[in-house]
Amino acid sequence: MSKRILLKNARLLDPATRLDRTGDLLVVGETIADVGTLENASADSVIECDGKALIPGLVDMRVQIREPGEEHKENLTSAAHAAAAGGITSMVCLPNTQPVIDDQSLVEFIAREARKIGLVKIFPYAAATRGLQGKELTEMGLLTGVGAVGFTDGVKPIASAQVMRLALSYARTFDQLIVQHAEEPSLTNDAGMNECEWATRLGLPGIPAAAETIMVDRDLRLVELTGGRLHFAHVSTADSIDAIRKAKARGLNVTCDTAPPYFTLNETAVGDYRSFAKLSPPLRSEADRLAVLDGIADGTIDAIASDHSPHDQDSKRLPFAQAESGAVGLETLLALTLAPVHQNKLDLLDALAALTCKPADILRLKLGRLAAGHPADLALIDIDRPWRIEASKFKSKSKNSPFDTLPVQGRALRSIVNGKTIFELES
Amino acid sequence: MSADAPSPAEPCSFYRYRHLLGIEGLHPPEIAGLLDLSDSYVEQSRQSEKKSAILRGRTLINLFFENSTRTRTSFELAGKRLGGDVINMSVDSSSVKKGETLIDTAMTLNAMHCDVLVIRHGESGAVKLLSEKVNCAVINAGDGSHEHPTQALLDALTIRRRKGRIDGLQVAICGDVAHSRVARSNIYLLTAMGARVRVIAPPTLLPNSIDRLGVEVFHDMREGLEGCDIVMMLRLQTERMKSAFVPSQREYFHFFGLDYEKLGAAKPDALIMHPGPMNRGVEIDTDVADDIDRSLIHQQVEMGVAVRMACLDVLAQNHAAFLANKPNNPKSGTGLK
Repeated sequence: MSKRILLKNARLLDPATRLDRTGDLLVVGETIADVGTLENASADSVIECDGKALIPGLVDMRVQIREPGEEHKENLTSAAHAAAAGGITSMVCLPNTQPVIDDQSLVEFIAREARKIGLVKIFPYAAATRGLQGKELTEMGLLTGVGAVGFTDGVKPIASAQVMRLALSYARTFDQLIVQHAEEPSLTNDAGMNECEWATRLGLPGIPAAAETIMVDRDLRLVELTGGRLHFAHVSTADSIDAIRKAKARGLNVTCDTAPPYFTLNETAVGDYRSFAKLSPPLRSEADRLAVLDGIADGTIDAIASDHSPHDQDSKRLPFAQAESGAVGLETLLALTLAPVHQNKLDLLDALAALTCKPADILRLKLGRLAAGHPADLALIDIDRPWRIEASKFKSKSKNSPFDTLPVQGRALRSIVNGKTIFELES
Repeated sequence: MSADAPSPAEPCSFYRYRHLLGIEGLHPPEIAGLLDLSDSYVEQSRQSEKKSAILRGRTLINLFFENSTRTRTSFELAGKRLGGDVINMSVDSSSVKKGETLIDTAMTLNAMHCDVLVIRHGESGAVKLLSEKVNCAVINAGDGSHEHPTQALLDALTIRRRKGRIDGLQVAICGDVAHSRVARSNIYLLTAMGARVRVIAPPTLLPNSIDRLGVEVFHDMREGLEGCDIVMMLRLQTERMKSAFVPSQREYFHFFGLDYEKLGAAKPDALIMHPGPMNRGVEIDTDVADDIDRSLIHQQVEMGVAVRMACLDVLAQNHAAFLANKPNNPKSGTGLK
């Protein structure tokens, strides 16, 4: 007989149904059995929630794990622990590993290792083109069969319009998602920051915001042409968000996500060549940052992902232009997404939807809901709890966070996957 | 200061920084102080006995990650004229692709108790990064497209000695501003000291929002040179041609090269400067470059040594103060920034 766990006296928050009430949740085995007032339900164990928020576990749709190939930066186990500590119960990893995840055996490897680790659920994106070379499509059908949840060239854009057209068209055969890092490569000037006055003062080349907008505009036309299903990763500019807003109004099958740095920081965070603030796409202007917040608030931006990009000291302690791009994010995703909620700039359930049910829906995964019959992937969080981000305490192997020492509010107290507690915050 | 220097443990009175990484953020009295001290060193360099003992016992290392003859020689002469021990290190750029090597190289020199480290590097911000890792004083001898502070100081000294002032002058900086550390340092210095600065270049050679640095922008030489007291030409690097920032040398010279015809738009007594090395016939006509009445190019080189003597003097002084006050005694703060 399956084990029955009762989570009692919680603030139940289900963004998919906009449920926000005090109550209880019953888990039987690996599944949510009931949600409501269940004081008298019989259970093998009871978890007292003390009125804290019980939400669907976070679904992080953009994580770089670095296994296989660069395990000194991060591996599946360390990433899983970091995710669990951040209230994340499912994450999708990018194929930009060494070797590239572009064939069945590597997709199976990720799935097998994730099962062995037994913490957070890990789903792989497979490469859209072989070796991420942007030329030949991967075996999308076979890769779908072994569990790829979408196709992307990772941190590289699918640059050729023809290849993108084929990818979008061919993926339709399997109703699959193409995920694009939208950036016109010939406009990036090999740069690592936004093109702006700050870059001019630092003597650094800049990437114009138009590099993103142009690629978004192009790809929207290709979605129109092909009827494919396209998702833009980490959108960062006002113009690209506006283009997506208009495309959605026209009924195009397009979605997008952003990551906390793009609504928390702007280009000035680069300061005096802080390589921890070197991201791809780069941190943009203040107007762009505000546009990202607006985009989340009005639903143009569907999801918020951590965009977790672990790098060791040696990859970051370099002259700015030579340093790697990216920041870790698994352990700060929740708190940074709650920041605009605490500032009354974003509705709580909207923010949580972008972290749970909406990414799950884009990925066609039956996740991200507090509803009977759904997997018991849950996060018990204290929405108001103040704490200070300390990169040195991250469970992630890499500590490259531009948010080190930042005071924030909101923290995961417990993470549950398939009914099993995989993380509990030490009090 | 050279004659009646205060006790060695006191930092310089007008320049209270440990390093010289850039001009941006320096205040006019700090710049004026460095220029005044440089003036005194011009005289020293013109005597047959050029050597003093200001830096006796101090070690100065020129660490050049990018090729340079004139700047390195200028620093070397400056160090030697002040009686310091000067070592030149040219690090082949190909062997320093990895950043560990970059920081490790600096740490190694640091462990040798170098007093002043003069660094040139091809990447913007690299000198600042190294300054955070070492104990010694660091002078930025040019980092990427960021800053080249001693060049701006020597340009300012050249102008001040010839024109008697900087305040109120109209200065035009012409050419590849986008990739020029000389242009940035000069813009910061000249605007801080009250000059009105214009930049003249095709838009492909101007960086984003350059007007926000307090300069007027022109794309036409004759318009931009109108009424100018000083015309500063920048070197056009030939690799910029390959990247199609400009279509050809011929076209560039036709529209942006300085010849007598275009110079006619400037004031009749306008002076010409160039940080060198020059591309004759690309950004500057040979006759103009060699015009002894108008061209300050050789004076710039002379002032360069004096300015570097002043910078070495000041930073060595501050470094000694830093060392003398370092042993965990919070009360012995030197006020060094």
